[in-house]
Amino acid sequence: MSVQQWSAADVAKKVINNDDLFILDVRNNDAFEDWKIEGHKFEYLNIPYFELLDGVEEILPKIPTDKDVLVVCAKEGSSLMVAEMLADAGRPVGYLAGGMKTWSEYLEPIKVGDLTGGGELYQFVRLGKGCLSYMVISEGEAAIIDAVRFTEIFTKFAEEKNVEIKHVFDTHLHADHISGGRHIAAETGAIYYLPPKDAEEVVFDYTSLVDGTAVQIGASKIDVGALYSPGHTIGSTSFVVDSKYLLTGDILFIDSIGRPDLAGLAEDWVGDLRETLYERYRELSEDLIVLPAHFMIIDELNEDGTVAKRLGELFAENHGLNIEDEAKFRSIVTHNLPPQPNAYQEIRQVNMGKITPAQEEQTEMEIGPNRCAVR
Amino acid sequence: MSIKADFQLDAKGLACPMPIVKTKKAMAELVDGQVLEVAATDKGSKADIAAWAETVGHQYIGTTEEDAVLKHYIRKCADDTVVEKTFEQTIDLGEIVGRDGLILDVREEAEFAFGHIEGAKSIPMGELPTRMAELDKAQEIYVICRTGKRSDLAAQKLAANGFTKVFNILPGMTAWTDELKKSI
Repeated sequence: MSVQQWSAADVAKKVINNDDLFILDVRNNDAFEDWKIEGHKFEYLNIPYFELLDGVEEILPKIPTDKDVLVVCAKEGSSLMVAEMLADAGRPVGYLAGGMKTWSEYLEPIKVGDLTGGGELYQFVRLGKGCLSYMVISEGEAAIIDAVRFTEIFTKFAEEKNVEIKHVFDTHLHADHISGGRHIAAETGAIYYLPPKDAEEVVFDYTSLVDGTAVQIGASKIDVGALYSPGHTIGSTSFVVDSKYLLTGDILFIDSIGRPDLAGLAEDWVGDLRETLYERYRELSEDLIVLPAHFMIIDELNEDGTVAKRLGELFAENHGLNIEDEAKFRSIVTHNLPPQPNAYQEIRQVNMGKITPAQEEQTEMEIGPNRCAVR
Repeated sequence: MSIKADFQLDAKGLACPMPIVKTKKAMAELVDGQVLEVAATDKGSKADIAAWAETVGHQYIGTTEEDAVLKHYIRKCADDTVVEKTFEQTIDLGEIVGRDGLILDVREEAEFAFGHIEGAKSIPMGELPTRMAELDKAQEIYVICRTGKRSDLAAQKLAANGFTKVFNILPGMTAWTDELKKSI
């Protein structure tokens, strides 16, 4: 029996289609506990590969025969070894090519909706890491918001859509993943915007993104308007696109809110976070569709794989928007925070342009979940 | 500083799972108490070697990193945790702090390098017979190892060679919760 090779795209399809899948994760227990492939209907068994060196007989009863079985490890070598052992034992299984490393990097572009005059808005879902990037397309032009570091995916997509990338934005200086924003801008000649309050230490040129900054995509009426919304970082800025969508960056997520501590100033910024969530956002139309820069848990994905929800619904359901008592809010978002994202301080340095690690190193830095939220 | 090991395994350039597969094979060749050094470039090997050693009962001592080469140190163990007290003069680990005497650490050099009590002298168990001259018979000597087993044998050896002020520290370094000195 031979072993089937699965691509990250194959796994993404399973996630988005809500299919069944049995994942045998052969990384060590800590790595599995920390971060795994999430799916609505996925089942898991975690047995480190080094416990299977003498054979897989003992785990055979735990491997189902009535659904797809995928063996997963960090890079792929161990999963291939274990998959071959299972295949030798007569079990038809697959392994994930490139392992969790490739899964962490995979992006799935999904259309969120149509915009005025034939425009389109796409969400690029990085399932493994929980990062969300956006492309606004209209009349031959495009704007990109919060691009991850795989620039080619965006430039190729723009090519396929036959649009020219004119504007590239980062809602804030990211701490959980490396931004591709300024590199896309450099490659395409687009303008790169960053909030100046987050950019005090950056070592490259950028255009200031401040409250009220507005650009038009294409000749007609697609506005991308900036709304200063500090709290996750002091420069954090949201966007209203086509008076229909609210891109919240890392301030507001579907099931949680942004944490204020990743730049080391939780106490200082908690007041800003409160004001953004409880005052500035309340002045907006409740019919805006919130599009965040991250998701943390698979339950935040809609049926079609997008991560999006009406602002009014979030006001009603999101726990972080329903803490009446200000002192309680302050305590929740500054105490008992989850662990910080992997290598977050180095990632900030990369996004400031201060260090430029090799690709391999960038991959290592981004391993693990994003952890930008507090719930 | 290089750390002493009984065997070296070169797993540089190998991707997971090979470093562990090779380590497992190499460990089978060691006798109890010997230390294996595994040189690897796969970053994931650190967590995996530590976790693997724990599941099979070997002692993971530590890892150094230099020029992108990781060196893992593992000591082969069978039933090291079973303490058979035979040497009568013992002292509680909690009582040695502040006493005038010499703490003699008889663990392997690699174990010592990854963490020992400040001021302790290192003479690995195997070298004790040839290095006894370095010790002073007039001084109190507190012998320590990881669990109390090797130190017990060492104390017996010292007593047999005319050392009278010898104490075996119980339990061993596994129970030491204060600061650890490193020499790596």
